[in-house]
Amino acid sequence: MSSDDEFMSDQLSDDQYEDDDYSLGELEEDDDRYLDDVKDEKPSKKAYEVDYKVHSDEQIRAAQQIQIEEVSSILGLPGEQCAILLRFFKWQKDRLIEKYMDTPDEVLEDAGLGPGYEAPAVLEKLKGFSCEICCDDERGLETYAMKCGHRYCADCYRQYIESKIKDEGEASRIECPSEGCSRIVGSKTIDLLVPSEINHRYRELLNRTYVDDKPNLRWCPAPNCEYVVDCAIRPTQLHSIVPTVQCSCSHQFCFGCGYADHLPCPCLLVKKWLKKCEDDSETANWISANTKECPKCVSTIEKNGGCNHMTCRKCKHEFCWVCMGPWQEHGTSWYNCNRFEEKSGSEARDQQAKSRASLERYLHYYNRYDNHDHSAKLDKDLYVKTEKKMTTLQSSSGLSWIEVQYLEAASKVLQQCRQTLKWTYAFAFYLERNNLTYIFEDNQKDLEMAVETLSSLFEMPTDQLANAKKEMMDRTAYVNSRRIILLEDTAKVLAEENWKFTVDLKQ
Amino acid sequence: MFHAKRLQKELIKIHQGLPPGIHLVAANDFQEWQMDIQVLDENPLYYGKTYRLKFKFSNNYPIEAPEVMFIRATDRDIPMHPHIYSNGVICLDLLSSGNGWSPVQSVESVCMSIQSMLTGNTKNERPDGDDQFVLRTSTSLRNIRFVYDDNTV
Ligand SMILES: [Zn+2]
Ligand SMILES: [Zn+2]
Ligand SMILES: [Zn+2]
Ligand SMILES: [Zn+2]
Repeated sequence: MSSDDEFMSDQLSDDQYEDDDYSLGELEEDDDRYLDDVKDEKPSKKAYEVDYKVHSDEQIRAAQQIQIEEVSSILGLPGEQCAILLRFFKWQKDRLIEKYMDTPDEVLEDAGLGPGYEAPAVLEKLKGFSCEICCDDERGLETYAMKCGHRYCADCYRQYIESKIKDEGEASRIECPSEGCSRIVGSKTIDLLVPSEINHRYRELLNRTYVDDKPNLRWCPAPNCEYVVDCAIRPTQLHSIVPTVQCSCSHQFCFGCGYADHLPCPCLLVKKWLKKCEDDSETANWISANTKECPKCVSTIEKNGGCNHMTCRKCKHEFCWVCMGPWQEHGTSWYNCNRFEEKSGSEARDQQAKSRASLERYLHYYNRYDNHDHSAKLDKDLYVKTEKKMTTLQSSSGLSWIEVQYLEAASKVLQQCRQTLKWTYAFAFYLERNNLTYIFEDNQKDLEMAVETLSSLFEMPTDQLANAKKEMMDRTAYVNSRRIILLEDTAKVLAEENWKFTVDLKQ
Repeated sequence: MFHAKRLQKELIKIHQGLPPGIHLVAANDFQEWQMDIQVLDENPLYYGKTYRLKFKFSNNYPIEAPEVMFIRATDRDIPMHPHIYSNGVICLDLLSSGNGWSPVQSVESVCMSIQSMLTGNTKNERPDGDDQFVLRTSTSLRNIRFVYDDNTV
């Protein structure tokens, strides 16, 4: 295997690719073989932390090159062809070698390297040709076809490929323009047809497919960031762990779903929660079930009790909730619309109470989630203000730049904890009540109080801030410790799969 | 222009004749055409009805797929189908450049595909979440990304 490889030893062994039980333990064993010297310096890992590494773009290219050369020496094929084969096999090196040993011709043919591959790609002029894409049939029209024989004029072919690369960001899976033909457009065709800057983009995209094809790799989602995170956590483990990583660019995100740090909430709940918040269907449903428009003035009225006798607050019109008719017509059957069966009336009321309770529950969590989300944004302003305060403090108190860094540290911790608190509310929304819930809620409450206290310290006038240094630092350390406790406790129960959620995390 | 030349050729072919159940309604420029389609067998869902399709072409047609949707007009309603939203938006992979579209397709072939999509359907229903989709959808189809997961319809 790839023992000569220094930095990506774990994911180079492709036999682990489809192994869902591939555990962290195995990864660490693998690491031990190559990284003995650094092992002892590793700080003890918290329950919510995962092992990962960050690789640069160049390292990713180098890792591909190592594998290409390795396959090349085993199969005795040129490197360029091995690159195509590896991409075709989604970098499952061992599978490729095994298949190639069995049926080399078939493998080459499937990957578009069959007989005739060596023949150069050329444009041809054909008599009586009419292009099916542009309908051009001029004489002397340059045409192109791959081995599948689907021939189009060179212009159309080029436009088609350019659009795939530029507009769709496609590279390794560009198919023949013909409907239903799945022949892949290879680099020889690209070299022949497209201009160099688009060819360059094509090569870049090919490099990216390596990361996309490898389940242990993920691009950092921060804009313009070129780093790749390497982590052994697989999608099948996401019900028991929230794999949070930090890129070399400092962006913290979830390796499982790519979303910004959402500890302690598992990916599936994050997805459900965001979707729920996005379409306010719940709110809309409730409103349509429980409000009506006054038949006279058309203002919205909410029914709040069991009585069907409604009086519009605005125009004082009296009417029956059930039939919407004027109340006077109900004659003696006060408080009961006899146009409606009593039983269905009470069912409707039960239903209403249920959906109202469900909405109220949602709003309870949503408001708190939203509040921290909003506060986190305010914290960004706070950070800017803090910087100003730091400068003022430096000049007024004679403190050095280093000595006022506690303010920045406090502000950062504050932002991170808001983020965590925000997600505890989405987490709690899906949590079923049992004795574990109370531990969670206590942790949540403690962190929340600690955060608000620290936050209020920032409101202090600048001249007092210098004297509050010790308090500020103590508070910061305390807030941080509350966050760690909450995450640690939550992650442990999650790993043991002991949280009971109202939705199935394993779907 | 690239797309104009191609559409010109398509138009000549259309004037020579279209398959049964497909008619050209309007093709006044190379931006937008309208077509009428009918289902030919006796599918009770669509029997005796005609539906109107609107085609919008970009300058990059046929490299890029056209935008195709059903529109309402006199005697023209939006057909019931689990992949057709009530605002006329059609969820069909061949209409999406990144998915099933091939530049070899044409207005005629798209009409035929949609015709057969209706012919084979027995469900008198709209897609899941039709209400919300219709509320949210802006008029541009370019930003909609469908997930093609249902091969039964
Ligand atoms: Zn052409
Ligand atoms: Zn082909
Ligand atoms: Zn990054
Ligand atoms: Zn996630």
